[in-house]
Parts: sequence; C-alpha cells; structure tokens
Amino acid sequence: MTEPAPPDPMERRSQRLTTLLRGLSLILLAIWLVAPFIPLLIWSFSFHWTFPHLLPEGWSLRSWQDVANPSSQVLPAIRDSLLIALPVTVLSALIAIPAGRALGQHRFPGKRLVEFLILAPNIVPGLTVALGIQIAFLRYGLANTFTGVILVHLVPSMSYAVLVMAGVFANYDPQAEEVSRSLGANRWQTFRHVTLPAIFPGLMVASLFAFLISWDQYIATILIAGGTVKTLSILVVAAAGGGDRALAGALSLVFIAPAVVFLIIASKYLTGVSAARRLGRR
Amino acid sequence: MSERWKIWAMLAPALLVLIAVFVGGLALGVGRSLNYMPIIGLTAPNLDAYRQILRMPEFLPSLATNLYIAVVSTAVSMVLAIASALLMRRAFRGKRLMTFLFSFNLPIPHVVGAIGILFLFAQSGAIARLAYGVGLISRPMEFPVLVNDPHAIGIILEYVWKEVPFIGVVVLAVLQSLGDDYEAVAQTLGATPWQRFATVVLPLIMPATLSVSVLVLAFTFGEFLVPYLLGQTYPATLPVLAVRLFTDPDLNQRPPAMALSILIALISAVMVVLYMALSRRVVRSD
Repeated sequence: MTEPAPPDPMERRSQRLTTLLRGLSLILLAIWLVAPFIPLLIWSFSFHWTFPHLLPEGWSLRSWQDVANPSSQVLPAIRDSLLIALPVTVLSALIAIPAGRALGQHRFPGKRLVEFLILAPNIVPGLTVALGIQIAFLRYGLANTFTGVILVHLVPSMSYAVLVMAGVFANYDPQAEEVSRSLGANRWQTFRHVTLPAIFPGLMVASLFAFLISWDQYIATILIAGGTVKTLSILVVAAAGGGDRALAGALSLVFIAPAVVFLIIASKYLTGVSAARRLGRR
Repeated sequence: MSERWKIWAMLAPALLVLIAVFVGGLALGVGRSLNYMPIIGLTAPNLDAYRQILRMPEFLPSLATNLYIAVVSTAVSMVLAIASALLMRRAFRGKRLMTFLFSFNLPIPHVVGAIGILFLFAQSGAIARLAYGVGLISRPMEFPVLVNDPHAIGIILEYVWKEVPFIGVVVLAVLQSLGDDYEAVAQTLGATPWQRFATVVLPLIMPATLSVSVLVLAFTFGEFLVPYLLGQTYPATLPVLAVRLFTDPDLNQRPPAMALSILIALISAVMVVLYMALSRRVVRSD
C-alpha cells in the first residue's frame, strides 16, 4: 500500500470545516436532548416566574414540600404505583424465565405463532386492550381493583421481559447444568447456583424494564381503575394539564427517578445484552 | 414428560396472561364494537357502530391528523437518527458523555417529555422568553403557536425528541458492527463521501433502521397521552377521540368508542405484519 499524499491546503481547509460542522451539530444535538429537562428543573424551584423573565423572579421549595408532605396526594400516589409495579415486575420475571428459555433454547412447531403473540402487545395500542378487557373486569369484579390493574399492566411488561429473556437464553449454554446435575445437585440447586448467575444481568434488565413499563402506564390504569387507583402517572398527567407549573415540574422529576436509577443500574449490566434489546420502550 | 410438553409448560404462564387479557380484551372489544354481547342479550352482531363512526364529521379529519403525525414523526426521527448515529460513531472528545445523553431519554416517560416540550414551546415558554430577550417578539401572543396547534408541531417535537435516540441506538449498533472495511473499499475505488454513504452505508443500515422505525410508526399512531396533552381539541387524534367517546356520559357512545379503538388496532396490525416481513428480511440478509 502506498502512503496517502499530503493533503493540499484546499482539502485541509474543507476538512477543518467538516470537523467544525460536526462539532457544532453534536453540541446542538446535546442541547436538544437535555433541553426539555431544564425548564422542568427550574420551574420546580420557582415561586414566581412571569413572562418574559428568563429566570424566576422568586425561588421557593414549595412544590418540593408539597411532594414530601404526607398529607398531599403525592406519597399515596407513589405507594399505589409501587403496589402495582412491584408485583408486575416479580410476576413478569417469574413468567419470563421459563418462557424466555423455551423460546431461546428450543425449536418447536407453533413457535412462530407464540413469538407473534408475544410481539403483538408491543404494537397493538394498550388503549384497545384496556377498553375491551374492562367489559370482563366489570363483570368479574376486577374493575377498580389493584388486581385488575396489575393484570392489564402485566401484558406489556411481561411480553417485553419475555423478549429480553429469549435473547438471553439464545446465547446461553445449558451444558453447565448437566454437569451440575451429574455432580448430584438437585433442580433448585442447579437453577440457583448455575442458571441464575448466568442469566442474572439479562434478568435484571428485563425486570427493570417490566417495572418501568408498569410505572409509566396511564390510560390503561385510568380505564380499569380510574375511580379508586391513583398512581403517580395519573397525578403527573393531571398536573400537566393543570395551572401549577412548579408542581408539574417537581412531579415530573420525581416520576423520572426510577428511570434514572434504571440507567445507573443498567449501565452496569447492559454490556451482556445486545444493543437492540436494551433500547426498550418508546 | 416429553420434551414438547415441557416446552409448552414453560410457555404456559406467559400464554395464559396473553390469551386471557390481551386476546380476550381484543375479542371482547371486537364483540362490543359489533354490538354483540350475549350476556346482556345482544346476540345479533351488526356494523352500526362502524357506520356511526364513519358518519362522524370528526372521523376523517382525525384519521388524517393521526396518519400525518405518525408518518411525519417517524420520517423525521428516522432521518435525524441516522444523522446522529453517523455523527456519533467515530471517536471524539466527549463521546462518553454524548453516548450517555443519547441513551438518557430512552427510559424517560413520554408524559415528562410532553411537559418539557410544553414548558419550552408554549407561547409563554422558555423559547418565547429567549425570543423576547433578543427582540424578536414583544409579547407572548406574537410567538407562533407550537403546542396544541393545528399542525401538531408540539406532538411531533415530543416524538422526535424521544424517538431519535430510540432509532439512533439501533443505527449506531449496526454501524459499529459493520466497521470501516466496506467504506474503505469504496474509498479505494474512488467513491466520494456522499457516494460511500448513499451506496454503501445506507443500504447496510436500512433493514434494521426500517424495522425499528415501523415500531415507532405503530406507536405514534396508537399513542393516547402525547396528543392528549399537546394536541388541539378538534380534530383530535383517533385514540383521543376513542377515549372521549368512551368516557361520554351517554352510554350509547361506547360501541363506537370500541369500534374506533379496534380500527386503531387494525391499522397497527397492518404495521405488525409489515414489521414481521421486514424483520424476516433483516434475518435473511445477516
């Protein structure tokens, strides 16, 4: 191979221009990505902030005190959200481990159909499912109950967890299990000490996603149990439409806390899971 | 227990939830939309609810708005995602920070993005204040209406903000798995940067980009919350219209609400089929 000829000044100038444009575009992209968070943060600490002031004329912790006040709606809403999202997470993980294993490790007749069924809730709007199932829930006493909401949230959360676990098990070598069994370990011991450590990173990611999907749900919760269950999501949407921007800002920031925790934990575990699986929800 | 039974036993809990809640919910919705509900004595299915929504003056404008929002948001997100991924794929100072920012909004709920867009782009929002600061406007009313507006700009901005990283992460992963070899070959053959992009890189990243974009298309078509918060009242998008009909005190509006939601799901189903076809092509081309 020959050495490349030294670039002539014209070319070098156009190269520098390209680098400059690239740098500028990257800075613009970075600003655009963080821009929506900035007014949320400032509003949450504002007391009085009228047009056209670029910063609040008065600062206050009022909305954060509202959030932390036990007699406000916020803490009960967080409790309701957790009472739904935590069971959904545990159930999703318990369902996704065997189902993911079946899909990731085995070929069988009907697999296409099963995969189709598991993909479908990621595309068919939750609204349609909630509107339909609410008819049955009214009849069987599940409307306006936590159980009803958990069942409805379970559909998208679990199907996502199964997809992640199917990917995990597709790259899993079950030979170590046979060794473990041949050395006298029982089923549970084998699962606990051989399988679980191997799938743990993927299981963490699947569970975190299952949690976040349930945590974010709004319209399904409203349609199934709008009268009795008041999740944080419902509170945030109400605040978005209300006039109190300071409260809407603070609630938004509380609402994204699990996602931030997720990012911190996931960055530790994600390396083992393919990029296509990590991207998750829209 | 035979191997086959074992597989189905492992799938059973997942299938139980999917069939009972997901398929069951869809089936009940279809039934109700056809005015078929034996338990309350409706045993003769008919298409009245569908005729009713077709007769609604808001239906066609809503459908058009819905398609416009989904197509424009997806197309803009796709183009910007490819551009961002190309910008970010090589080493540069601050790449780690940039990669973090890029993935930061993936798990952020849409409602928070929507509130952020509202605070930024409302007529008294942050951008209007900046515009005042540099003397472009003298009062909020002079700032263009960008949220709850007839062109659905606020909705599209929120979707683009959220979906560019969503598609971009996939494009970036594909670009990184491709490496530089193909382009190096094209370069030695005398291809210009644009030719290298259009004839080498783009065809290689397109299958994965398209199949993830179809997910975005289906999502932006069926999503309720973002147009509910950032959309105009009339014509509302189909999901907003369906919820409005469903929550109407007049219970006769329930069957058309169901019919509308089934129609939304049907259109999304067409997108599923498209997605499956595309993803199969991606698998084949691997």
